[in-house]
Amino acid sequence: MFQIRIHGRGGQGVVTAAELLSVAAFIEGTHAQAFPSFGSERMGAPVVSFCRLDDKEIRLREPIQEPDALIIQDTTLLHSVDVFQGLKTDGFIVINSTRTFVELGIADFIGKFPPHHVCIVGATELAMKHVQRPVPNAALLGGFAAISGRLHMNSVAEAILEKFPGAVGEANVAAATEAFDIAKAA
Amino acid sequence: MFKQMEGSEAVAKAVALCRPEVVCAYPITPQTHIVEGVGALVKDGTLVNCEFINVESEFAALSVAIGASAAGARTYTATASQGLLFMAEAVYNAAGLGLPIVMTIGNRAIGAPINIWNDHSDSMSMRDAGWIQLYAETNQEAVDLHIQAFRLAEELSCPVMVCMDGFILTHAYERLDIPTQEGVDAFLPAFEPVQVLDPDDPYSIGAMVGPEAFTEVRYLANDTQLQALKLIPEISGVFKDVFGRESGGLIHEYRTEGAETIVIALGSVNGTIKEVIDHMHENGAAIGSVSICSFRPFPLDELRDALTGAKRVVVIEKSLAPGLGGIVASNVRMSLRGASLPVYTVIAGLGGRTITMTSLQEVFEAAAEDRLPDLQFLDLDHGAVEHEIVRARRTRRSGPTAEHILRQKAGGLSK
Repeated sequence: MFQIRIHGRGGQGVVTAAELLSVAAFIEGTHAQAFPSFGSERMGAPVVSFCRLDDKEIRLREPIQEPDALIIQDTTLLHSVDVFQGLKTDGFIVINSTRTFVELGIADFIGKFPPHHVCIVGATELAMKHVQRPVPNAALLGGFAAISGRLHMNSVAEAILEKFPGAVGEANVAAATEAFDIAKAA
Repeated sequence: MFKQMEGSEAVAKAVALCRPEVVCAYPITPQTHIVEGVGALVKDGTLVNCEFINVESEFAALSVAIGASAAGARTYTATASQGLLFMAEAVYNAAGLGLPIVMTIGNRAIGAPINIWNDHSDSMSMRDAGWIQLYAETNQEAVDLHIQAFRLAEELSCPVMVCMDGFILTHAYERLDIPTQEGVDAFLPAFEPVQVLDPDDPYSIGAMVGPEAFTEVRYLANDTQLQALKLIPEISGVFKDVFGRESGGLIHEYRTEGAETIVIALGSVNGTIKEVIDHMHENGAAIGSVSICSFRPFPLDELRDALTGAKRVVVIEKSLAPGLGGIVASNVRMSLRGASLPVYTVIAGLGGRTITMTSLQEVFEAAAEDRLPDLQFLDLDHGAVEHEIVRARRTRRSGPTAEHILRQKAGGLSK
């Protein structure tokens, strides 16, 4: 089983990101279970969502406590929530930022992971460029697909288009594809 | 056809496939988006010949459902938590009148203190209202149980609650197989009501019944539930014939053969329990589980058979009878009358408390050595409750308990 935990704030599409991951996995014939952390949803509040991938039926219902991958949509959470809690030592980390790990103050921690398992993507800026809205979720999925190799970019794109048919979906696919290329090149 | 979708959306589609003629709901919290999904299917023309009625409260929702069902319409609604309590009087009436309404309960806790998260307090509060209560273990089973529920309700003229864990199932995206319309049409015949309010042939229902006949009416309500004990497995069998999938029935056994410890639970926590059981089997533990799908009627005999040979039973339950302990455990004990094996009650997952594999395994291992108390609260913060008990004893005007516990948890001071 491969487990992904996504951290962000209400309004950034955290729950949708987990859903899209699960749909992309489904397209590839993988069993997937996506669910949000449950609470009183409100804009700006810390939100967590989860996605499990497996080659058999997923029966486990507990929240993901030891993720194989983390997607961090908002770096303001880094010093208020223990976003890295339980992350496996060879885990994957995708962070939405235009700053470096050093500037974010987490270089020492990040240094413990294999270099090709971590990446920073300016997903909000990519979203502004392509979607004209500061929703970083789709772009970060492109970054995740690039470094984890768990999902093909094509499946992520297909999932995005299924959820958001038409121009909005196309724009998000463009953001995700650019993020994928950036993460691959890094 | 398989599709990755959310539990609520899937149930909305399943309900629509059953061709309800009236769907009424109060769409404000506590509500899942199931009725919103059904409403969308009515609006976009997918679900035809169906009137979607927005009402002003849950009491009105079920009252309108009662009226519609009494007029001969296949009727559906959904609610949860405080919403179910607010419709309580109508819940009893629907059963007393023998109206085959199907209602989803997206299981949630009941206040006070206010809590929007999952447990089984809501549906458990209505367990003896005369409805059939089915608990879904997975979203696939939730989908399938709704389709079975209409057939069951209409064959027996008895309302059915399909209970599915709020959030844990309703908000989870999974790979689900939504049956075809042709399949559902073949499985579920058109509704042929046994009583219809008809202006051309007027009669009244819900009449006053005095002491001379009330007992007989109640006897027959119990008899209906006993008939359901036979019908539920039959319908589950027909469902399998049509759709090729095991769903529903009275109970599901998992690795019970040769098991010395058997765990019993309702709903989605059974998935996590199975994972723990598989893990413990790797180390040679003799443990299995039983998921109770039909809580009302309660399958006394089937459960007794399933527990034959076990040395102990652990009931994991998401509700509490204050002053008694476990509700499910009490029912389980009744199925074991005459037998002398211990039944341990473990109250878990209250108000959305996470139930982890680690905590379950600790409890199961303690049970295997008969080291469990009769009643235990999973992952209880003993320090917090003891501190509060001492504090409340010390001061007459000790104030509200819930707020004090919250303050303690936040690390704040309390007098």
